[in-house]
Amino acid sequence: MGPLAPNEIISENTNFLLAFFIGIAFGWVLESSGFSSSRKLAGIFYGYDTVVLKVFFTGAITAMLGLLFMSLFGWVDLDLVYVNPTYLTSAIIGGVVMGAGFIMGGFCPGTSFCGAAIGKIDAMVFIVGLFLGVYGFAFTYPLWEKMYMAKYLGEPRVSEKLGMSDGLFGLFLIIAAMGMFIVAEWAEKKWPREEY
Amino acid sequence: MSNNTTKERSRRYLNPYLGGVLLGLVLLAANFVSGRGLGASGAIKSVVATTIETVDKDAVSTMPFMEEYAGSHSGSPMKSWLVFQMLGVIVGGFLSGAVAGRLKLKVEHSPKITSRRRLIFALAGGILFGLGSQIGRGCTSGSALSGMAVLSLGGFVTMMAIFGTAFVLAYFFRKNWI
Repeated sequence: MGPLAPNEIISENTNFLLAFFIGIAFGWVLESSGFSSSRKLAGIFYGYDTVVLKVFFTGAITAMLGLLFMSLFGWVDLDLVYVNPTYLTSAIIGGVVMGAGFIMGGFCPGTSFCGAAIGKIDAMVFIVGLFLGVYGFAFTYPLWEKMYMAKYLGEPRVSEKLGMSDGLFGLFLIIAAMGMFIVAEWAEKKWPREEY
Repeated sequence: MSNNTTKERSRRYLNPYLGGVLLGLVLLAANFVSGRGLGASGAIKSVVATTIETVDKDAVSTMPFMEEYAGSHSGSPMKSWLVFQMLGVIVGGFLSGAVAGRLKLKVEHSPKITSRRRLIFALAGGILFGLGSQIGRGCTSGSALSGMAVLSLGGFVTMMAIFGTAFVLAYFFRKNWI
């Protein structure tokens, strides 16, 4: 049955229409969780607000379990679901550059659009920066190309690399997340918190 | 009194674990419908590619970035799933903020720093995040969150690099936040 678009169950235009509605839900959840506030987002790095950790990991785990169960029931063909390719060097370097941008700017791309949507001027300026950064990459691409393409490992799953089943890895991930949630709850009690 | 207001305001935000489950269901829906996860920086890339193409029609053959882009995207760059999804994000964020009474034009910053300082750092952070999202083939949404949901090795690596770096650098930028 699923995924619907790759299986041609829905047309390209229906897919785009659904993208818009899925985007509305995405924006709604991000904003109502407090992701439109840079001070809430940055809180994770100082322990005063750990909403990012809780929402992010609960989200990833929910979607992962959902996909595994739907595949088990035959509702979705995981072979047709896109797995991000792994270019090890650029995954690390890109992540490091993004991490620096995160602690300086207080947003990531998705959350900055939510912030801008409710009138945060700092989020709008961050978005201007995003465009400048992407233009910068586009015009200097030849400088990056070698690093960008380095250490291509295909589309491996972590579970594969660790030699365990997806389900078992999922279980470990849930246990790890639970551990982090306990630390997060402790940190929020230890460091005072304000709502923004 | 101020404590009460704080509580009242905090109640307006979703419980983070409930928010996480809902986010997961949205991501699951994206995968079920389109066979791909959510994203944000991809939409910016589409806009950038469109403007470059508009200004320079030959860019696809003369500019390596555009060649690479055309190789992975067919048709008009603006007719992209992520562009429609990001338009939705703006609408959804606005609606949620409107319902919760959070619509307000302002620069949010710690009382210890000026608006000007906040905006300079926001711009610098945005530039770095934009650049990093291109190097890393996706941002927190497309690479880290969506990648983790499909257990992509690259997704986990990017996620750890983003959060690890921000934690390491947090000390140097603490004045901006605490």
